[in-house]
Parts: sequence; C-alpha cells; structure tokens
Amino acid sequence: MELILVVIIGLLYASGIYMMLRRSMVKLIIGLILLGNGANMLIFLLGRIVKGKPPIIDSTAKMLTEIYADPVPQALILTAIVISFGLQSFAIILVKRAYKITQTDDLDELNTTDEIYE
Amino acid sequence: MILAILSGFVLAGCTPFISKFIKGKGSLLLPILPFGLFVYFFSFLKEIGEGQTFRFNYDWVPSYGINFGFHLDGLAILFALLITGVGTLVFTYTTSYLKGHHYLDRFYGYLSMFMASMLGLVLSDNIITLFIFWELTSISSFFLIGFNNDDPKSRKSALLALSITGLGGLFLLAGMVLLGYIGGSYQFQELLSQSTFIKEHTSYGWIVGLIFIGAFTKSAQFPFHFWLPGAMKAPTPVSTYLHSATMVKAGIYLLARFTPLLGGSAEWNTTLILVGSITMVYAAIHSVLRIDMKGILAYSTISALGILVFLIGLGTEASLLAAGVFILVHALYKATLFLITGIVDHETGTRDVTVLSGLSKVLMPVAIAAGLAALSNAGAPPFFGFIGKDLIYEATLAYGDWAMVLTIAAVVTNVCLLFAGLLAGVKPFVGSLPSNFTSLHLPHPTMWIPPLILAGLGLVFGLFPSLVEGLIVQPVFSSMVIDGAPVHIKLWHGFNLVLGLSLLTLTLGVILYMIVKPSSSLFSKTLKFEMIAPQTLFEIFGKFFNAFARFWTGLFQNGYLRNYVITILGFLTILLAYRLYQGVNLYIDTKQLTALTIYEVIVALMMIVAIVFTVFSRSRLVAVASLGVMGYTICLIFLFYSAPDLAMTQFSIDTLTVILFVLVIYNLPKYKNFSSKAVRIRDGILSVFFGSLIAILTLEVLSEPLNRETSIFYAESAYLLAKGKNVVNVILVDFRGFDTMVEITVLVIAAIGVFSLLKLRLKSIEKE
Repeated sequence: MELILVVIIGLLYASGIYMMLRRSMVKLIIGLILLGNGANMLIFLLGRIVKGKPPIIDSTAKMLTEIYADPVPQALILTAIVISFGLQSFAIILVKRAYKITQTDDLDELNTTDEIYE
Repeated sequence: MILAILSGFVLAGCTPFISKFIKGKGSLLLPILPFGLFVYFFSFLKEIGEGQTFRFNYDWVPSYGINFGFHLDGLAILFALLITGVGTLVFTYTTSYLKGHHYLDRFYGYLSMFMASMLGLVLSDNIITLFIFWELTSISSFFLIGFNNDDPKSRKSALLALSITGLGGLFLLAGMVLLGYIGGSYQFQELLSQSTFIKEHTSYGWIVGLIFIGAFTKSAQFPFHFWLPGAMKAPTPVSTYLHSATMVKAGIYLLARFTPLLGGSAEWNTTLILVGSITMVYAAIHSVLRIDMKGILAYSTISALGILVFLIGLGTEASLLAAGVFILVHALYKATLFLITGIVDHETGTRDVTVLSGLSKVLMPVAIAAGLAALSNAGAPPFFGFIGKDLIYEATLAYGDWAMVLTIAAVVTNVCLLFAGLLAGVKPFVGSLPSNFTSLHLPHPTMWIPPLILAGLGLVFGLFPSLVEGLIVQPVFSSMVIDGAPVHIKLWHGFNLVLGLSLLTLTLGVILYMIVKPSSSLFSKTLKFEMIAPQTLFEIFGKFFNAFARFWTGLFQNGYLRNYVITILGFLTILLAYRLYQGVNLYIDTKQLTALTIYEVIVALMMIVAIVFTVFSRSRLVAVASLGVMGYTICLIFLFYSAPDLAMTQFSIDTLTVILFVLVIYNLPKYKNFSSKAVRIRDGILSVFFGSLIAILTLEVLSEPLNRETSIFYAESAYLLAKGKNVVNVILVDFRGFDTMVEITVLVIAAIGVFSLLKLRLKSIEKE
C-alpha cells in the first residue's frame, strides 16, 4: 500500500504544481488545494501507516502500549487541514471579488494594484 | 584612543539635535573638537620622536580576528596631525565661508564624520577595520562633494566619486581578505613578521594588484583620476580638506603603510613608478591648460599624488624620505591655495584666472599667504618646498639606469606644477585691479587667518628644518623603512647637481609663466580629447552596466508568479536529480509494507481518476466536484489507517470547501486556458519531474529508521498527565494548546476577511 500512496503523493504534487503554473486564478487555487493535500499525505505516510490501531487509549489502560498509529503526524495534519481551509476560503472569496472589479481571471492582466475606473 | 576616534561620529550624530545652536553662534565652538584632538595627538609626538610606538586594543568580533586595534607610529601621527590640524582650520574657515547656510548643521555633521573616519583609517592596525574606515571616508565624502544637492552637476560628481572609490574599495577588501588569509592574521604588525613568506607566496601578485586598485582609485591615479576634478563641485572647505591632506592621501597612506610589508618586489616598484609617473606628467600638463583656479589646483593635486606614488614606487631610502617630506609640504601649500581660492571666489564671485588680477590691493593678508604658498610650491629657497623638491631630485638621480628619464619626468612635472602654483597663487593678486573689484574688503579673520598659518608654517619649516626632522620626518621614515639609517634634512646642500636642477626648474617655470597666458581658447582645445578620456569610457561602462542590471532584474524579478515558481522548482529539480544521478541507495523492504486489500486499490484508483479530472476538466463544476471526490478518498485513506480524527476533519472541511466553491461558482470567471500548448507541455514536464522526485524522496525516507521518541512521550503521558484518552486530541488541546488557540485566531481573521469581502460594496464599480 505504501507504494501506491507514494505514487499518489507524486501525482498530487505534480498536478498541484501544474495547476499553480496556469494563468487562471481559479486554477491557481485548485493547485494550492492539491498541493496542500499532497503535503498532508506525505506527512501521514512518513509517520508510517498502521491499520486499525488508532492512537486512543483503551478504557482500561493508562497508556498506549502495543503498536499504534503515530499521533504526532496526525496532530500536525489536523492543524494543516484547518489552516489550509482558512486560506482556501479567503482565496476563493478574494478571487471572486477581484474578478468582479477587474473582469479578468488572467493573472497577467492584473498588473496594477489600483482599482480601474471607467 | 577609541574615544578620540569616535568623538567625530558622536558629534556627527548630535548635529541634527543642535542645529539651531550651530546655525547661530555655536559654530564657532565646533573647531574645539578637532583642535582638542590635535593637541591630544601632539602630546604623543615627543615619545614617538624618540622611536616609541603606541598600541591600543579593543575587541570587536574576536571570533573572526577583527578588532579595534590602533597603532600609533610616525606615519600614523603625521596623518593624524594633518587631519586634525587642517581639520581645525577648515572647521574655523567654514564658520564664515558658509555663514547662515541653510544646511550648516548637516555640513558639520558630514565633516566631523569624515574626520573621524579618516582618523580611524590612519590609526587602524587591523586591516579589516582599516577597510571599514576606508569605506566610511568614501561615504562621508560622497555627502560632502554632493553638498550642494540642488545642483545636478554636483550630484553627478558625488556619484562619480563614490562609484570610483567604492569600486576600488571592493577590490581593496578582496586584497585585504586574501592577505589576511595567507598571512594568518588581520593584524598589520603580525603580518609584518610574515613579510618574506607573503612576498614569496603564489598569490602575492593578486594581493598587490587588488590593493593597488584600491589605492589608485582613492588617490586619483591615472586612469581613475577623473573623479577628482569633478569633486571640485563641493564647497571649497571640502575641497581643501579632501584634496590637500586627507581623502586622496588615504591611498598614499595605504601604499606607504604597506611598503615594508609588500614592497621591494619588481611588480610593486615597476607598477607604482609607471602609474605614478604617467599620472604626474599627464596631470601636470593638464593643470597648465586650466583657467578655473579650482581646476588648476585639482590637476596639480593629481599630479602631486602621482609624484608621491612614484616616490613610493622607487622604494629607495632616499625616495621614501622624499615621499614623507613631500606629503607634509604638499598638505601645507595645497591647503593654503584651496583656502585662498575659496576667499577669492567668496569675495569676487569668480575663479577665472583670466579675469582676476590685482587683488593684493584689497586683500593684502590673503595675497601674502598666497604668495608664500606659491613660493613653497615652486620650491624656492628657503621654503619647505625647496627641501621637498631637493629630496625628490636626490631620489631620482640615485636610481640606477633609469635616473635620467625619471629625473626629466620629475623636472617636467615640477615646472608645470610651479606654473600652476603661480597661476593660482600669484596671478590673481598682481597687476592692476579691475574697477568692479575696487569695493572689495577683507573677509572675517576666521577666513584669512587659517591660510596664513599654513603658509607661514611652510616658511618656518623651511628655515628651521630641525623642527620637524626629529619629531616627524624620522618617525615617518622609520615606519616605512625598517632599520633604515638616521635621516637628516637640511636647507643648504652646497653647490651640486640637485641645486642646479632646482634652479633650472625655477627658471623654466618662471619663463613658462611669462610666455603662456591662460586663455579659454587653449582650454577648449583640450576638450576635443574628451571622446577618449577615461571618464567618457567609464560613463559608457556605467550606462552598459545599468542596462544590464535592468535586463537581469527584468529576467528574474518579472512579477509573474509562475516564473518564480518555475525558476525555484526547476533549480531544485536539477539539483535533486543530479544528486540522485550520482547514486542513491534505493532499497525497499517489501516485508515491511502493509498488505494490500481490494478496497484500498479501488479507493486509490478513484483518487487518481479524480486528480486527472480536476486537472484536465474544461468545466469549473466538474473540476470542483472532482476536487471534492479526491478529498473524500483521502478521508477514506485516513480512516483505513487509524486516523479517525483526521478523517472527520477532512470530511467536514472538504464538504465546506466544495460548498463554498459551488456557492460562488457563477460569480467566478469562465474556466479558460490562457496559455499555449507548448507552455502547457513545458509546465507538464516540469510538474511530472518534480512529482517523481518527491515520490523518490518519499521512498528514500521510508527506508530510513524512524525516531519515535516524541510520540512515545505523548502516548505515555496523554492519560497520566492530561487525563485524556484520545492522544491526538490531547496533543492539540492540551500539550499544544497555545498553538491551537492561535490557529483558531487565524481562522477567525480569515472568517472576518471573507465576511467583509462579501459584504463590502464599492460604489459605482459593481452593481450586483
């Protein structure tokens, strides 16, 4: 399974970069999301994957003893998912506003920081 | 000692706060600082005359061997006295010269900063500190030269001076670092003991070359001389200070200082003789053709600097002695002439020698000072200049096979310099007084006393050379020549060849003065050669350099996000690929891998299909929907591999993102391809390469053993310390509680941003 995940991570990175290189702003955001997911999967895999052993202490025990999934990468990814949601939602709305004002989605045409009055 | 050097910087830092005071009567108090320093250094004179030297050490960056090490010996004290002595007079002179000037406070700030930098430069024993002070003089002189900053010519000259001396400074730094690296120390006195080793090292040529460029740019040697005449745009006190005793002498100081360390080789001597003699003859001839008093003085200064470089290049005991004396001679008469030029300009409003005449009738003390300085410059007995000139001829005559050529060059230079001195120091004061100058009156004594003092010293030292012989000349000589014979300077040598040459120089100079009348037509003829002048070439180079910089910046800082991304990733990919190509131990232990089940394969396939759809779909809706599918498959993977919290979070966040996208999707632009097919293929190739590299790296890391220390700590303490059974949750809300709180804050800010962007209405632009 690790090998499949490795392929998927590579694919996520490749597609994320490809989308980031497009001139359309919407594609840029999609690229960011793909890249973010790729990074999450990378962290997840590098913490080693374990099936069916969540890091939850048994109700009778006081600590985790046998083999369990690593909680540290999970905590990291959880934070990352939430933060990237903040970023994505802000970016989506920003693009919407920018499009309203500039009437273009082309990054190359956004070469001024001032509003264009007609 | 450090206080003495830094006091100038302190004063410079204070000037903005006492500007009202300076612009009022306060300026008369400012010369106290340089005068105090002069007295301070003067107090060392006796011990130094007896052959002592002083060392002061203050740590700065000891780990790099850089400290404030100051070494006070003959050479240093000569310059320190010149800097503070001439400084005192210039400070005094300025009180009248720039009286009531709007930026007087600034002027004094720059001036004292410059003085302090110069002091640091000549006293530093550490060659890196020396370089820092060297650069500080370049910077503060930039402000001084460009002081009349509303004049574009003045600004241009300042920039030119800074770029030439700054450029030289870079080379100097390289030379110093190389020298320190080879010599194993940045302390000059320690390097001195390594002298023979350094001279025989293969990099010796580099060191000398780099230091030469530094010294030549600073001391205005051909072909870097052209910034100096331009620097005459500065107010006259600045010209006096920079060009008689300080700034341009820094290069000379450097060469003199390094003579015992690096000198004596063929490279050293030949280069210096060649550059020095070209400069002195070239500039001397130029000075004859000028009609602006400052222009004349500028070229005669370059020529004098050429003489000094030439003398240091000869490298014999006699020539180094001559150099030591000539530094003092030149400082005394050149400062006087500059100060007088300032008075003439201040009173009459012109510096054109073809117009000025007969001023002695109205400006008598000034005329006396000018006459004394011109005579000292001419090398007439019994002036100090006579001694200086004699020593030069003695040095050239004793120089083996080339004695003849070198002496002729020296005579030609001296004749022209004599002529230039007469032109600037005598011509404006003799003859009949034009009617429009009759109403002139003598300026404030603070202006005419300083030149009189300097010119008077030129006469006194000439009459009584024993005053300076033991106290200054001998220590200066022993700083340059180790274990040299005791020196002796005197006015009268008896009838010999040297005296004959001196008389010849005098006669020729006076004859030249009688025959050649300065005129603007002669001057304009020289302008025809501007085309091939080093200055023009340098300016062309400057333009080319600017254009290249613009092109280069445009290439890399072009403002397109994708170009930055491509550059960064391309570079990274090439670097990593090269590393992988060099050989990487890629070993996968199949036994360690988790077993594969059919539902996992299906999920993975779904994910791949979703990614492909996201990237290649032509419809926004399909792309967003596939993005959602991809998110859910990730969610499933989390679920399979023991991360229920992640699965829940991913599920809700993914849902929210898709909803948000769909909500605004009709307000989003159409999904278009802006780029051409070729560009897409290029990006595709780059992305695939990068993705593959990441995949390979991941495999690499997977084969490495994992350090589980942190997670074991959390697993063991989650319940015992924090009373929670879900370890991931405990980490987030307890162990890393602050992080989570800040994260929530970030989310709140993002939410406020989203909300306000949605609610914001810009008048007239959009009507939803």
